Amino acid sequence: MGWRDSGEIDKTQITLDSTLESVDEAEAIATREAKNMGFEEDEQGQIGMAVREWMVNAVVHGNRYSGKKKVHMEIERTKESLTFVIGDEGEGFDPASVADPLAPENLLRQSGRGILLVRAFMDEFDIHPRPGGGTEARLVKHRANS
Amino acid sequence: MSVKLTSRQVGDVTVIDAAGRITLGEGASAFRDTIRDLAAKGNKKLLVDLGEVSYIDSSGIGELVSGFTTVTNNGGQLKLVGLSKRVKDLLQITKLYTVFEVFDDEAEAIRSFK
Repeated sequence: MGWRDSGEIDKTQITLDSTLESVDEAEAIATREAKNMGFEEDEQGQIGMAVREWMVNAVVHGNRYSGKKKVHMEIERTKESLTFVIGDEGEGFDPASVADPLAPENLLRQSGRGILLVRAFMDEFDIHPRPGGGTEARLVKHRANS
Repeated sequence: MSVKLTSRQVGDVTVIDAAGRITLGEGASAFRDTIRDLAAKGNKKLLVDLGEVSYIDSSGIGELVSGFTTVTNNGGQLKLVGLSKRVKDLLQITKLYTVFEVFDDEAEAIRSFK
């Protein structure tokens, strides 16, 4: 896959089932995309993990493993960045409702660290209502020399 | 590949050797069950060797925390050895480095148990 001129976007859309297999698949896709874009190995792993963590949210909390609901992933490639837009078909989600996993009283909680990891590994991350219903997140990683 | 878990005794310390992926689903569940079983059998000194763990996600981290809580609530100790850079980074990001005792050397880890 070659580089596009600055400003041009190359997009791919993928529809995934609400299963753990799809989480693995999305992680593998993201890691491969990062490798193809020339990210370093550590960054490839980070990008793959960030996508994995949001996919878990979409499958487990958004779509609740429903066989009737899909996860929609759009991959955007530019000369400057790699972007994943991942949306579920759930009931919606308020990010403010997630307890701060770094607060001392929450350090030993079993769950709640997914969003923290996405923020740590991606350069841009925002969560918003998905057009048509559900929740969508945009995960962006910039190339080092962009 | 999911996770492969084996345990061995070094004195009165139970060493759990983990290999593979500890992620949401089979891997994290197997890890949880192993720790809980060992704790239920009265093992109070557990050392988890993550040297062969290629990948751990937030669910796997959660089971590690859950295992720690289970063991310490029973008056025991759970410590970690052999972390890769990736896992160390995850513990730093999640501030769990302030919770777990982490070692690079098994012998040193074994000696640290009271």
